[in-house]
Amino acid sequence: MELFISIISGTCLLVGSFLCLSGGVGILRFPDFYTRMHAAGVTDTMAASLILIGLMLQNPDGIVVLKLVMILLLTLLVSPTASHAIANAAMKNGLRPLVDDTDHVDGKGDKS
Amino acid sequence: MIMGLYNYWIVVILMMIGFYIVIAQGNLIKKIVGLNIFQTSVFILYISISKVDGGTAPILADGISKYSNPLPHVLILTAIVVGLATTALGLALAVRIKEAYGTIEEENIQMKDDEEC
Amino acid sequence: MACVAIAIIRVKDLFAVAMLSGIYGLLTASLFVDMDAVDVAFTEASVGAGISTLLMLTTVAITGSRDKAVRNKPKLALFAVTLTGVLLIFGTLDMPYFGSVDAPANLHVAPHYIQNSMQEIGVDNIVTSVLASYRGFDTFGEVVVIFTAAIGVLTLLSTGRRREEDGVVEKVNTTMHNQYLIIRIVAKMLIPFILLFALYVQFHGDFGPGGGFQAGVIFAAAIILYAMLFGLSVAKRVINQSVVQLLAAVGVLIYGSVGIVSLLGGGNFLDYSILSEDPIAGQHLGILLIELGVGITVAAVVIIIFFNFADRIDGPAPEKEGDPS
Repeated sequence: MELFISIISGTCLLVGSFLCLSGGVGILRFPDFYTRMHAAGVTDTMAASLILIGLMLQNPDGIVVLKLVMILLLTLLVSPTASHAIANAAMKNGLRPLVDDTDHVDGKGDKS
Repeated sequence: MIMGLYNYWIVVILMMIGFYIVIAQGNLIKKIVGLNIFQTSVFILYISISKVDGGTAPILADGISKYSNPLPHVLILTAIVVGLATTALGLALAVRIKEAYGTIEEENIQMKDDEEC
Repeated sequence: MACVAIAIIRVKDLFAVAMLSGIYGLLTASLFVDMDAVDVAFTEASVGAGISTLLMLTTVAITGSRDKAVRNKPKLALFAVTLTGVLLIFGTLDMPYFGSVDAPANLHVAPHYIQNSMQEIGVDNIVTSVLASYRGFDTFGEVVVIFTAAIGVLTLLSTGRRREEDGVVEKVNTTMHNQYLIIRIVAKMLIPFILLFALYVQFHGDFGPGGGFQAGVIFAAAIILYAMLFGLSVAKRVINQSVVQLLAAVGVLIYGSVGIVSLLGGGNFLDYSILSEDPIAGQHLGILLIELGVGITVAAVVIIIFFNFADRIDGPAPEKEGDPS
């Protein structure tokens, strides 16, 4: 049982770290603002949640688990809202998504 | 010797970058950011002095006998808050300069002062 | 971190500079955690990576966001910087190694604090006991400094504040409600928890990282979140400006009066052992009261600074435009 829990915890941590890395690569390489927002949102929500679950399973009893559960709930609540806020602000100011693949027009007004 | 002193050299590098930003960049907001970098490098200097090998955070707990030095932590806490006060005042001054001169570039401000004299 | 700092030099867009300085603050906070300075990391994360970035973004919103000038003579600056750097590195050759136990900084007063903090004061967090009791004068000075910053910002930025009619506020608020629905609902759910967390950090500072400064900043952050999402005029009606300014002064007064009560009780200024029968209970009471004073002042000051900056985003009020520009 102990071995099973630590295997699952290690897997969660590894997958979470991989998602962080791929989110970072995505922020640099995606062509448009909205796709980059998606990469950032994945990093913030999914990768952070998986790492937190992995940390919870590392030491399954104690008050640390309770604190980590609260941080997990907060992350699940706040990060998607933050991504929504940024995308909403961009849409409000007129930044159109890249819908047509054939002509490669860079989204106007983004900084990187 | 390099392995023992590298933390001071990192501090010196960051301090010099902050110093360069303050004296060589014309934009007032970048100067304030450079000042912030300079202050932060000094904080890192003090905190790295306070670290003790094998010690933990200075909160008393059972079974731990070696703690890092808490005195620089206190000084740096004060310094961080004072840094916030300085930054806030500097940015308020930048806002007022912008309204009075119309620009926050250092050279344009000096040109306007020379014109009026 | 050096890469972030060099990027700040090179990037021309001031919005990106503000974001980069926030990243720099966060990296510094992580570095502090790595060096066992948890209280300091908490403060740096909330102040340096939170409030400083917010103030810079507000200033960039007021002053425009591009850096125009071309560098004219960076060589002299580079030479001065390199010379200073070489001299400083030469000066560090004599310093004690990183993490050494017998460095002079760790030898004289610090072991006294570490060993005697539990008997003399009775709190677990040595940093809080040093900050609030052994070095209470320094903390008093710090509270007064941050109060002075609020007075300075008020002096500079409170002329020319706009007055709005009430009808405009209602109309603007209902139209924006549909656009920002999700964010407003989530924020309304979160703000009570943020305020509760600020109170937790304030009173838990004796046992873990925390204390007055961090709690004040988190409290102010909750109020600023409300102001950003629901409009500045609505927030000003909820949080009355004169009450906040009064609270900033009240915090400093609480701190000073604890000291004066100690004087009246027969001890030294800010000597908490006089405050109660048992000296340890007196220390606890004294630390509780002054952390409360610190938290109130810091929260009020940050709210004052933010509201005064945010008032200026549309420029100064029209009647007061007398300066040539």
